[in-house]
Parts: sequence; structure tokens; C-alpha cells
Amino acid sequence: MLRYTFKRLLSLLISLAIASLVIFMVIEVAPGDPASFMLGINAQEDTLAALRAELGLDQSKLQRYLGWVGGMVQGDFGTSYQYRTPVSQMIADRLWVSLPLALYALALSTLIAFPAGIYAASRRGKAGDIGVMGATQIGVAIPNFWFAMMLVLIFAINLRWFSAGGFAGWDKGAFAALKSLTLPAIALALPQAAILARVMRSALLDVLGEDFMRTARAKGLTKGQALRRHGLRNAMIPVLTILGLQFSFLLAGGIIIEQVFYLPGLGRLIFQSISARDLIVVESVTMLLVFAVIVVNFAVDLAYAAVDPRLRART
Amino acid sequence: MSRTLILGGVLSALMVLAALVSFVWTPFEHTAMDIPAKLQTPNATHWFGTDHFGRDMFSMIMVGARTSIAVAFVAVGIGIGLGVPLGLWAAARQGGWVDEIIMRGNDLIFAFPSLVIAILITAIFGAGAINAIIAIGIFNIPVFARVTRGGALPLWAREFIMAARVAGKGPARISVEHILPNIANLLIVQATIQFSLGILAEAALSYVGLGAQPPTPSWGRMLADAQTLVSIAPHMALVPGFAIIITVLGLNLLGDGLRDALDPRLRVARV
Amino acid sequence: MSLLEISNLSLSIHGTQILHDVSLRLDPGEVVAVTGESGSGKSMTALAIMQLLPDGSEAQGTVILDGQDVTQLSEAQMCDLRGNHLGMVFQEPMTALNPVQTIGAQIGESVRLHRSDLDPAARTEEVLARVGLAGMSPRRYPHELSGGQRQRVVIAIAIACGPKLLIADEPTTALDVTTQAQILDLLVELAHEDGMGLLMITHDLAVVAQMAQRITVMQNGAVVEAGDTPVLLSAPQHPYTKALFAASAHQAKLPEPVENAPLLQVRSVVRDYALPRTGLFSDPGTFRAVDLVSFDIPRGGRVGLVGESGCGKSTLTRAILGLEPVQSGSILLDGMPVYSDGHPNLDVRRKMQVVFQDPYGSFNPRHRVSRLITEPFHLLPSPPKDRDARIAEALRAVGLSPDDAEKYPHQFSGGQRQRLAIARALIIRPELIVFDEAVSALDVSVRAQILDLIAKLCGEYNLTYLFISHDLSVVRSITDHVLVMQNGKIVEKGATEDVFSAPKHPYTQTLIEAAPVLPITDTA
Repeated sequence: MLRYTFKRLLSLLISLAIASLVIFMVIEVAPGDPASFMLGINAQEDTLAALRAELGLDQSKLQRYLGWVGGMVQGDFGTSYQYRTPVSQMIADRLWVSLPLALYALALSTLIAFPAGIYAASRRGKAGDIGVMGATQIGVAIPNFWFAMMLVLIFAINLRWFSAGGFAGWDKGAFAALKSLTLPAIALALPQAAILARVMRSALLDVLGEDFMRTARAKGLTKGQALRRHGLRNAMIPVLTILGLQFSFLLAGGIIIEQVFYLPGLGRLIFQSISARDLIVVESVTMLLVFAVIVVNFAVDLAYAAVDPRLRART
Repeated sequence: MSRTLILGGVLSALMVLAALVSFVWTPFEHTAMDIPAKLQTPNATHWFGTDHFGRDMFSMIMVGARTSIAVAFVAVGIGIGLGVPLGLWAAARQGGWVDEIIMRGNDLIFAFPSLVIAILITAIFGAGAINAIIAIGIFNIPVFARVTRGGALPLWAREFIMAARVAGKGPARISVEHILPNIANLLIVQATIQFSLGILAEAALSYVGLGAQPPTPSWGRMLADAQTLVSIAPHMALVPGFAIIITVLGLNLLGDGLRDALDPRLRVARV
Repeated sequence: MSLLEISNLSLSIHGTQILHDVSLRLDPGEVVAVTGESGSGKSMTALAIMQLLPDGSEAQGTVILDGQDVTQLSEAQMCDLRGNHLGMVFQEPMTALNPVQTIGAQIGESVRLHRSDLDPAARTEEVLARVGLAGMSPRRYPHELSGGQRQRVVIAIAIACGPKLLIADEPTTALDVTTQAQILDLLVELAHEDGMGLLMITHDLAVVAQMAQRITVMQNGAVVEAGDTPVLLSAPQHPYTKALFAASAHQAKLPEPVENAPLLQVRSVVRDYALPRTGLFSDPGTFRAVDLVSFDIPRGGRVGLVGESGCGKSTLTRAILGLEPVQSGSILLDGMPVYSDGHPNLDVRRKMQVVFQDPYGSFNPRHRVSRLITEPFHLLPSPPKDRDARIAEALRAVGLSPDDAEKYPHQFSGGQRQRLAIARALIIRPELIVFDEAVSALDVSVRAQILDLIAKLCGEYNLTYLFISHDLSVVRSITDHVLVMQNGKIVEKGATEDVFSAPKHPYTQTLIEAAPVLPITDTA
């Protein structure tokens, strides 16, 4: 188990190194000089040079890459070209909206999808199964940002149960904050829950065809007992894979949903920075998102090993 | 033919038809503004109503289908064109360093959600339909590479591949002659799924302004226009939303239907 | 009173009739065998007793177990019965156990379910010892055990609550011959010592001839013959039974062997595989699959290679076919190496062809026969001009019609596909053919026909072949020399009859001892 963890950790570090290099190089290719963008067209050549030196733009590419990565490791993400404030501070503020939103949505999606998938699998071919599958088929087809607009129309504008947008802030208490994240989380979660429920159902149905399920039935377990005691854990392996992928969809999807609800999260930050050509912010936020996805995949790999003893034994 | 396949086929065909007909005919010029007739709900003249500039939404939906289909189609093409050869190559060199590099590269791309790729590309080159295609297409490459490799690996262990090797055929020739025809089903089904995901992704990118730029009409941007007006003109959001849902639903049903119709295991069971 | 009494059981699944009027009886402590070829309905009969039939099944007739008609019981009553009074052992030990649970948990589960009077942990240890796994930790996972050990665990689950009836559905088909003998001994011992009824379902007559008191023979879902084993074996009545017996005891008639110069020379061949690294910087270590193997096959020779799974025979086969390089030693065909300078040698390869085991896996399902069997023409510098004539000749030689050339493989039965595979091997008139478990997946009657075909072709084409099999009786009937392989080494070689009648190496003796043999009858 230790060796397995170590191997996964090593591959995580390599992925991070390559990802950071890719992001850095892509941003390097970007046309335009941040210094002249910040100072406008009429800037003097010596003021420009001074600003470039201040931003570190006069160093070699290698130096700047190492400086960027080295800084990030220590929690220093550089200084925003636009606001002249530390990027780490800007990200930290926004993270308090985006991360809870993604986790809230993940929790909702799991809570809806698992029971729905298990229910459909146990009622295979019957009305309940067909109903759940039909609902998920539509759920998969709904764009989450459109669904968000419909939620606003119904629950904020017509019923006035929630506000149409904005974030209450954590200083107003957890309830108020979570309430303002509820509609966005539902909009994010439902289409993902539809996918997850389908995966859960088909993973369970695959397991139901396995020989060991017949052994379980021959032991005297009822269909339901066999499904719960022997089917679920074996079905978790494909489900975990999708769950890991969904986290990255939820983070990215959050960027768009934040636009619908005017939430001050990473998504708003990244769009503002793009229009202001504040590339250091774009670079760092992108790296953070990629970092989150890679770390979640690492966690999924560890979860595999917890579920499946064969993985623990190998490597 | 199953009902799923027929329903999916009809819905998908409807969208393709709308896109094709829009080249020769639309009820109104889709860019023609008519301010006095703005924000009309669906009626006999404007079947899907009008937007805040009085443009005919039915015409916009028809022309928008063109954008969605073109973006998703080319993005799937990129995924197949690069992903399938990579997947075949990786499977032929299973366990070797080529396989390792291709699969690690795949994992790396998976770590960049397609929206993040789109943001990066837009940050550099600015927004546009081409950038949306590239962003969605890049994400399709590892999907097809994985599906191809996953389908090819069990085939490489089959005896008819051994027989071909005994007949002196090389890995490239075996991949094209024996592997590819036997995973075509898988690829067709995956292509319809990626096509529907491509439509959704294109809509999302246009909605946040990273996709097709004006005056090219797109469903995602119609939704962005509708956002501030949703309380007074809900049809502006409902119409493009339903267009997206129906197209994606149709493609997904088509994919499911094809999977059942093409699955060789099921066919054997029926014989 | 009988323990099990099946009367006029008929079964249809989604309207297709599977069983017709099956009747069967079994007393406590008795071993009864149900035998027949694939599709005879023997497994469905077993599942009907367990009431674990697939969806869409409709059954008529009665299945009386210990005075109760199980077809009339509710699902809840059946659950009380299954695993408690009724145990079942399945064919495939590799997949019959839940991979993510310890074996102790899986055995203890049935005790907990049915026997609140027993301590699950103590009972688990007891049954593990009972199935010959004394001292095995119940905390181990299935993937840590060998196939034979797993099958013992499956048996332990089935007998954990002391059932009255144990049903074993092809319990040894997936196992090696020495393991098979041990498992069969265990099952018979359990039946006799615990007074349990044992219903053995098997396709292998030789297996049941030695252990069952009575045999029921099925064909196409109906019982064609049933009776006491000695009577049935000495005087089978039904034509199907007679044919089955004849086929099981079949001996192909080979032409007289000739002494010739060697065609294939295998000299001190070694093949190592790298093992997965145990640590990041440690040496990965190697596994020696083939260890200093040397032998010759003379032109016109018919040589058998026997050994159990994992002995290295598949690796050796791939090396001979030039599909993989070897670490040291040489493999020469007609004096030329099969693999040189990192590439297989095409000039040599065209003199060699192979026939594989799986009649379903060895053809690309999307190509027509004409394209499939001409694939070896790829080895020739230019395609032959008389292609169609060669196809027709090859098809005729294996007993098919030239008209079959335009069909697809799924239009043929398993035996016919194996004929196609032989046609593909013959079409470029190779000097050596490798038969890799070529009849192992076939039913006995079809197997006999294919062996006859090979013997006939021996005469017509003066074939030289290497016949690889785990089945000793097949090798005995179709070869004149034999090699016995164990742990990567050839432990014994010699004339087939000599080796079989007077084996010298202890391993060969064990193998021959363990192989089930059908008592020779004069019905053929």
C-alpha cells in the first residue's frame, strides 16, 4: 500500500511539473506586452523598462519559469499586473466561493445519483428503471447554465425564495452563504447527477452478471442482499473514476455558473483578468484548477486501492 | 430497429436538416432587425418569437444549428483523426514506452478541463469559433485514444491476430486490417456521444463569450442575450435552450440505439 | 426415501424449449452424474434445482428435495434452503469468488446467514480444514490463491452449513489434471463421510466413470439414458450414448512413423520475462518461463508437448513461431533460424503455420472465408496465380465444400471453424504445423472427427507437427513422440507409447496417474 501511494505521488509530481511547463509556455506565446498594456499607448520607454524590471519581465524565460514555480511552492503567486496586489490573496478570497460551490454540487450529485442508480439497477426493465433512465437521459442533455437561468426565473424571480444572484458572504453566517450557493449548486449538480446515476446503474448491472453474484445467491442471499453486500463495492471502481472526472467538470462548470449568478469566484476572476490582459492571474488560476484536478485524480487512485485489494497487492 | 434508435435518428436529422435548409431558406434574414416588432412571443409570423432587436428567432435557431454542428463536427474530427491513430499505436506497443508516453499524455490533457483550454487559448488569440473548435477538439483526442486502445487491447490477445502475425503481417497492417474494422462500432458510438458533448461545450463557450463572435449566430450567445431579459421575455431563453436539449437528447438516443444495434455480443445472442 | 427426485421437469426460456421431461433421482450419500455435450441442458437442470433460473424461464414438473417440492416454494423459503441444505460449486473458480472480500468473510457469511447456533469464525476454520486448506488464513483474498485453492474455498462456502445435497457444475473443467484429481477426491470424500448427496454435472465421461454410482446422459434437453455406472459403461443402449463413448475412447489411426533428418531443431532455448519492479530502484528480477529446452522434430514427425498451465508451453510455442525473441539458444527450421537480427525470418516463417485453440477467436469475424484462409499468402513474395484453385483444394482437404469460400465465420459450427483453421494452415503447404490446444475447446464427438482429419492429412500431406495439449489422451492418440514439460523444463521425452506405458520421471507418473481414464469397452 505504501509503495502504491509512493508511485502515485511520484506520477502526481511529474504531471504537475509538465502541466506547469505547458501553461507557462502557452502564456509566453501570448502576444502583447503586459507592461505597455498597463501603461497605455503613450508610455515612455524608460517607464516601460522600469515596470518590466519590477514585474520581472526582463529576466530570461527559464528564470521566470523557475521563479513562478518556486514562488507557487511557497504560496507566492506573484503580483497582479492590474491591481498590483498579491495574486495569492485574490485567489484565496475567490476560492472561498468556488470550492464550497464545487463541493456542495458534488455532495448533491452523489446524494441524488447513488440512490437513483441503485434503484434503477434493482428494478431493471421495470417501470421504475425506465422512469429513472428517461429522466437521466433528459438531465444529461440540459446545459447547466440554461438550467441555472430557469432556476433563477422560477425560484428567484417568480417565487422569490432565493436571490437572483450575488453572494451573501461567509461573514453573514454559514446559512446565508450556503443559501446563496444553493441554486448554483443545484444547477451544477443535476446534469452531473444524471451522468453519475447512469454509470452507477450500468456498473451494477455489469456486476450482477458476474459469477460471484451467482455464488452469493447460491449461498442463500436474496437479490437485494447480494446486490448490497457483494455488488456495490465491486461496482464502485467505475463509479469512482467518473466521480473523479466530475470534480474537474464541476470546477470548470462553476466558472460558467458563476457568470449566471454573478458570484465572486475564480470564474469571474479569470474572465476579468482575460479582458484586462492580467496574464499572471490567468496563469495562476489555470494552474490552480489543473492542480486541483490532478490532486483529485490522485485521491481517486488511492480510493481504488482502498476498494480493491488486488491493486494493493500489485506494485 | 429499436424505438430509441428511430427517435434519436429523427431528432438528430431534424437539426441537420434545419442547418442545411438555412443555407437556402430562412423565414426572415436572421440578422434583420425590426425594433418595433421586438420581444414578440411565438406567433403566426414569427414562429419562435423575436428577440430584443426584433430579429426572427426561428431563423436564428436555424442558422445557429449550423454553427453548433460545424464546431462539434470538426472537433470530433480532430479527436478521431489524432486520437484513433494514437490509440492504435499505443495498443500495438502495449506496455512499451510508446504506450506509456501516449497514455501519460492523455492523462495530462484530461487534467485540463476543456473550458480551461478554451480560456487559455482565448487569453492568447482572442475569442472565436476556431478557438472553440480547437479547445473542444483537443479534449476529444484523449477520449478517442482511450476508447481505441481499450477496444484494441483485448483484440490483440485474440487468436486471429496471432494468426495474422504468424502470416508475417506487421503491427501497422494488423491495426488497419484487423483491429480498426472490429472497433468501428465503438468509435461510431463514441463519436455520437462526443458530438453531443461538443454541442453542449460550444453552447457554454459562446455563452461566456469565448465561442463564435457576432455576427455569427449561435445558440449559446442567444442565451447570453436572453439572460437579462429572462423575466420579461422567457421565450428568448426557452427557445435556444430547447434547441440544445433536443439536439443533445437526439444524439444521445442515437448513440444508445447504435450501441445496441451494433453490439456484436447482442447480435450473437440473437442468432 | 430419495433425497432428490426430479419428475418430468420441462423448462422453456422466453419460449425456447430447453428441457423436456427430465427425471432424475438421488439418494443420501450417493454420487450421481449428469453428463452430455454442450447444449444438452445439464447445467439448466442444476439451476432448476437451485431455482436460480434466468429471467423469462417457465418450468413444469416437480423437483422434490427432502420431501419438499422446490418449484412450489416462495423466494424467501428458497433463500433459507440455498446455502443451508443445498450447496453449489461452479465451474470457474477464478471468478466465482468476490474479489474484494476475504475468503473468511465469504465463508462466514453463509454460516451467519443460516446457522446462528455456530460461531462463524470457528466454523470457517473448521470447513477450511475440511476442504484441505488447514492453516490457511481466512484473511486472505481470492487473488492470492491458486485456481485449485480457490475451488476449495468455493466448496468450503457450499458445505459451510452442512448441506444435504451438493451440486457441482463442471467443478474441475477449468483446472489442471493433477488439481482436478485432488478436487474430485475431495468431493467424493465429502459425499461419503458426511452422508451428503452429490450431483456432478460434467461433459467429461472419464471423470464420472470413476466416481459416480449412477450416470444420467442428456442430449438436447432430454435424458437419453440413465443407469448404474458399471452397467451403463459396459452396455450403453442409446445410440447417442454409444457414440459418446466411442468418441471419448477414440484413437486416431496415424500412418507409420518414418525416421528422417531433423526439420525443427530447438537447442538450449531460454526465455526470461522481466517481473514488475518491487522497488523503485531495485533490479526488477526475471521469471524464467523456458529453461534450457532442447529437442528435435524429424521431417514427418508427430510430436506432442504436454504440461499443465504455467509450465511454459505457450511461451515455447511463441518462440518457435518466431513471434518473440529468446534470450539464448537457437531455434532452427530446416537449418535456418526463425528469428534473426531482431526480426522474424520471413523465409522460415512461410514454412510454418499454426492452429489455435479457440474456434471462435481465431478468425476475424468481418472477413469472408476466402480472405481468412488465404492470409498466409502474405508470406509469399507474390500471391499465387491459382488462388481460387488453392482455396478449393484446402477446403476440400479439410472436408468442407469450395462453395464455403464466400461465407462468414459465424455461419460455421465450432468443429467446422477448426477445419477452417486447419485449411488456413495447409494453404501454403508448410513444412511444420503447430497445433496449440487445437481440439481442447471441442465436444468429444467433434474432437474425434478433427483428430481423424489430422490423421488423414498426415497420410496425404506427409505432415510434420508439434501438438501442444494439456489433455493426455488426445496426445496419446495423435502423436508418435512426446515431450513432457514442467516449470520451463522438458522433464521427459520419448516414443509416445513408451512414455505412457512406462513413465520414468515422477512428474510424468503423477500426470498419468491423475488423468481420468474411461474403462475400455468394446462398443466402438
